[in-house]
Formats: sequence, structure tokens, C-alpha cells
Amino acid sequence: MSIEAKEEFRPKIVAFCCNWCSYAGADLAGSSRLGYPADVKIIRVPCSCRVNPMFVLRAFEKGADGVILCGCHPGDCHYSTGNYYTRRRMKLLFSMLDYIGVENGRTRVEWVSAAEGVKFSTTMNEFVAKIHSLGKNVRLEDLRCKN
Amino acid sequence: MQELIRETKPSASSQALVHRACELLSDGTVARVLGWKKGDLPYNPEPAFFDSAEALSSFTYDAFCGANLSKYMIEASRLEGKTLVFLKPCDTYSFNQLIKEHRVDREKAYIVGIGCTGKLSGEKIHALGIKAVEAIEGAEDGMLCEGQESASGKTRAAEEAAAAAEIVAPADPDAVLTIQTLYGEKTCAYDEVMLERCHVCKGKEHKIYDELLGQSRETKNADRFAEVERIEAMSPQERFAFFQSELSKCIRCNACRNVCPACSCRKCVFDSNKFDSSQKANVDSFEEKMFHIIRAFHVAGRCTDCGECSRVCPQGIPLHLFNRKFIKDIDTFYGEFQAGEDAETKGPLTSFTLDDAEPGIAEGR
Repeated sequence: MSIEAKEEFRPKIVAFCCNWCSYAGADLAGSSRLGYPADVKIIRVPCSCRVNPMFVLRAFEKGADGVILCGCHPGDCHYSTGNYYTRRRMKLLFSMLDYIGVENGRTRVEWVSAAEGVKFSTTMNEFVAKIHSLGKNVRLEDLRCKN
Repeated sequence: MQELIRETKPSASSQALVHRACELLSDGTVARVLGWKKGDLPYNPEPAFFDSAEALSSFTYDAFCGANLSKYMIEASRLEGKTLVFLKPCDTYSFNQLIKEHRVDREKAYIVGIGCTGKLSGEKIHALGIKAVEAIEGAEDGMLCEGQESASGKTRAAEEAAAAAEIVAPADPDAVLTIQTLYGEKTCAYDEVMLERCHVCKGKEHKIYDELLGQSRETKNADRFAEVERIEAMSPQERFAFFQSELSKCIRCNACRNVCPACSCRKCVFDSNKFDSSQKANVDSFEEKMFHIIRAFHVAGRCTDCGECSRVCPQGIPLHLFNRKFIKDIDTFYGEFQAGEDAETKGPLTSFTLDDAEPGIAEGR
């Protein structure tokens, strides 16, 4: 009856993609006509290692419902070692988010190479489905950051 | 009568430290002394620089001198001449860590490692319902002193003291504090009002020093990760509720950041006024959560677990639970690591191995 009930939940998902592998992977997904939900907003970063833990929390604060990081496979980093640091950093950050009781599955790291358009598309579809099932992010949002 | 109580004689440990400090000041080894001076209450001595023997008359060292002086050495490293700094065993870890990060100059410091018998918390005394404290007996000696130091031959005296400091006395579960208050005399067990960090003491061995003075006492009687494990065992809802209730007390006074020896950036991300939340009134508590996650993350792998953040928190938030979670995770995933154990080893977040654990969504969450 009410207007709200009619509104379908469209999650806001931020995907940090490294310039060299995952962004090209997303490009390949596009040119191969493999679909992924429009709810995923891609932010291109030079390397997955560029993603400061603060970026992830800021995305949540500004109302993102899920954050996914995509980088080159370990060993394939354009800068040789960047993603190894990402791996350690994000492992600790996600563990901390879990510790303070934020729902599992709102954060994810996936290694996607430039040749893996299919993996990019399936990962994004899976992740969006997961966020759909988790619903709106209310625990991490800061209302003051709403525009 | 009150005046009489307050004008207590300096304790044996204070005297021993002042004596040594005066010697080093007069022979020109050091230009100033970094220590603690008496506060306005019997349980709040504060860190202070002293530049003369006269100034040292207000010097104090007792069981309330919990403040870690390592961070002040960042400033002192920019000053002319050497600074004598008194470091307790746990403070030496922070100093090592600061050397590793090139924040302090080892050459500018003359480190006197001093004994520690476990530090006390004024808040815990208050929490026992003991208010209006005028004087505290049983907490004067911050380290165990075997009488007065003989002034004959200072190098030999220092050597003897060093030999004495090697010995760590066993814990004394019967130690009692006698507290004079406006409402009469109260007593409480020493152990009961000891800082949380002393119950999980890292050990009484100084990791870096030029000389040692005084003797320590064993205080460890609890498991460091017990509380973290208790929280991990809760359901996510309970965990969220727990941290919500703890962190909603936060008033963003930044005391935890300012006191932390690992938080030594000249410009802090939290001082930026570009945050959407920084200029607006608090409407929910995520800002506090973000602050505390990021604060703990910035020191992850560098935090020596000195416990200063929890000690200074005016709201009594157990901030060490964040730091220890990171320490526990680092120990589990990347092998045991104690920051500040030495000044060379690479930290766990500045190194990697080829087969580190993946931050998958399924594992461990």
C-alpha cells in the first residue's frame, strides 16, 4: 500500500578495481557482452594496494551497502608486490569488521585478471545477490554524510 | 593535619632516580631529564622535563607513574644535547619501535631503565567507592629499592644497581594500599587497583637501555587475549551491541591518539576538516567506530600493547581490545610478532609471504 513498499531495494556497491588487471577484466566483461548489475559502481585505482582501509570505511559511511576490492592475482601485480600488501591489510580489516559485529559478506576481495571477464561478471553477480540478501547497510552508515 | 599528610618525604625510588639524574646533569652527560612530576592529586603524576637539579625537587616516581615517556622523546630528539629518559620495561618496547620508524634519535637519548612493580589506576580506586583521596601509602615505591644508594664511585654504584635490576621479585599478592580520604582511612589490595595492562605484563626485561636502576616485581596474572576470545565467541549481534555500547561513550577527545607512542604522524587524518562528519553534530555512532577502527588499524603491527590508550581514556573505553584483536590476528595469520622487541625486524604489515591467508569471506568470519 505504502509508497516505500513498492520501492525495490537497489544496493549501492562500490568496487575498487586495479587499473592493470581488474579494470581491464571489467572491460573484457563488457566487450564480451557479459552482464553484471548496474548497482556496482567501479572506482579505478592504480593498484589494489592503493586502497586505504579508510576508503572502505568511507564508502560504508557514505551509504554503500557492500565494498569489493579487485586486484591482479598474487604474483601478477603490475608493481610486483602491491597486492601482497593488500592481502594482509584487508585480511586484518575484514577480521576487525567482523569483530565489531558488522554482517559477514559486505566486504570481499577477489583477484581478477585482465583475461577473466567471465570471473568478473560472475563475481559481481554473486556479490550483488549476497548484498541483496543482507539488505540495507544500517550499521555502518553515517546519516550526516547523506547528500 | 592535611598539610602534614601531603608533605610526605620523597620515596626511596624517587630519591635514587633524582640522585642519578643529578649526577648525569652535573657531569654534562645529559642536558635535561625526562621524568614525572607530582600532580595535584596523589594519583596523577604527569610527565615533565627537568633541566636543573633544583627543578628535580618536584620529580616523583611511584606506582602511579604509568605514563609512557617514549613519545616525548620525539620532541626531545629535536633539542640540543642528550635527554635522560626513565623507561619502565614496557616503555622500552615503544622506544625501540620509534627507533625503527626513525621518529627518535637514539644518540640523543640516555636511557635509564627503571624497575616496575606494576602501575596503579586512580580510576580503579574511584571505582571501588574510595573518593576524596588525600594520600596513599603503599604506592610510593615504583620500584623495589634496597636502601639508599651509596654515593661512592658512581660507575660501581650503577653496575651494582644494574645487577640488582636483573632480578625480578616474585608477585606479592598481599600488597595493600592504605588510602587516607576525607572520610577516613580505607584499604584495598594492590592487585585490585592495578592497571589492566600490568595484569598481562609483557615481562620485566628492558629491551633497550644505557643503564638499569632498581628492581621489578612480577605482576602478570592473566591471559592477554582472554577478553578478545570472549568477544569473538559472542554472536555478531552481541558483538555489535557490545561495541556499540562501549564506543557510544566516546567523546572524541583524541586522548588515545595523542598519548599513543605509535600514533606519531605529524599530520593526522582525523584532523582534516574535509570530513563530512567533522563539522556536524553527532547523530549516530558510526563516526566513533570508524575513528576507533582506523586508529587501531594505523597502529596495527606497530602497537606494542603498552596500554596507554585505555589508561588515558576519560570514558573508560577498553581500547586495548581493538589493538589486541589486530595483534591476535597477526599472531595467528603471520606468526608471533611483538612490536618493539628489537629495532630492526620488519613489521607484519610492511612485509609479506607468497602464500599468506586469503581475505576470503568464508574463512574465519
